[in-house]
Amino acid sequence: MSTTFETVANIIAETCDIPRENITPESHAIDDLGIDSLDFLDIAFAIDKAFGIKLPLEQWTQEVNEGKATTEQYFVLKNLCARIDELIAAKTA
Amino acid sequence: MRLEYFQMIDKVIELDLDARTLRTANTVPTESPIFEGHFPGHPLLPGVLLFEIMAQSCGMLLLRLHNYDRMAFLASVDKGKLRTFVTPGQVIEVFARMEHDGSGFARLKAEGRVEGKLVCNADITLKTMPFPAPELRGYLLSTAERICMPMGDGPTPDGTERPGKLTHV
Repeated sequence: MSTTFETVANIIAETCDIPRENITPESHAIDDLGIDSLDFLDIAFAIDKAFGIKLPLEQWTQEVNEGKATTEQYFVLKNLCARIDELIAAKTA
Repeated sequence: MRLEYFQMIDKVIELDLDARTLRTANTVPTESPIFEGHFPGHPLLPGVLLFEIMAQSCGMLLLRLHNYDRMAFLASVDKGKLRTFVTPGQVIEVFARMEHDGSGFARLKAEGRVEGKLVCNADITLKTMPFPAPELRGYLLSTAERICMPMGDGPTPDGTERPGKLTHV
């Protein structure tokens, strides 16, 4: 079974045409991979579908804009995958 | 359809809140300054306006599903196909279906048909956000009224009442 990171990395590689080997758990989706907000909608759509969840993008954006969170908390891939795992766990709880 | 005002939707034919689908009917006007340039002697509805018809149908579905508490803006068109010419006087029936209602965005599928024949289709992504201006919400509500968007509750397909839901009209 694929790990969350493998699934997310493959989604990013396919959606944004980024070489898979360039995508690591430490990659920052925006700063390192250069993914913009429109491309991230496509990624969010694919992640939502793949995991049967709904990434709370609006809430994350608001928290970042208000200084309550950093982009690293949500957009470094290992952190993003941890959030996804939390959402999956909450769904099945 | 009033092309110069970007009023692309004439009438809602069917809304199904359970299936999250909307069907609209839209008549291409017989005369418009647009046809003077597009094209002389061979008037065609511009392809970008076919995408606009599909996008507006998707947008009106999304707004209705959210009870007009958010505005939708076109973000992207994927797999867009313009399959044949659409000419003045033809009626385009657009079918829009919500595929995924995400956080701050939605992905929908739309297709347009003339006399049953597929003329265009696309995957539409809409960005959603609170209305940036109150008059915009008012305009969209008046548009919903103009196109006969069902706003009340309705029966289920089997005819039983279901509070808070609306299906066919």
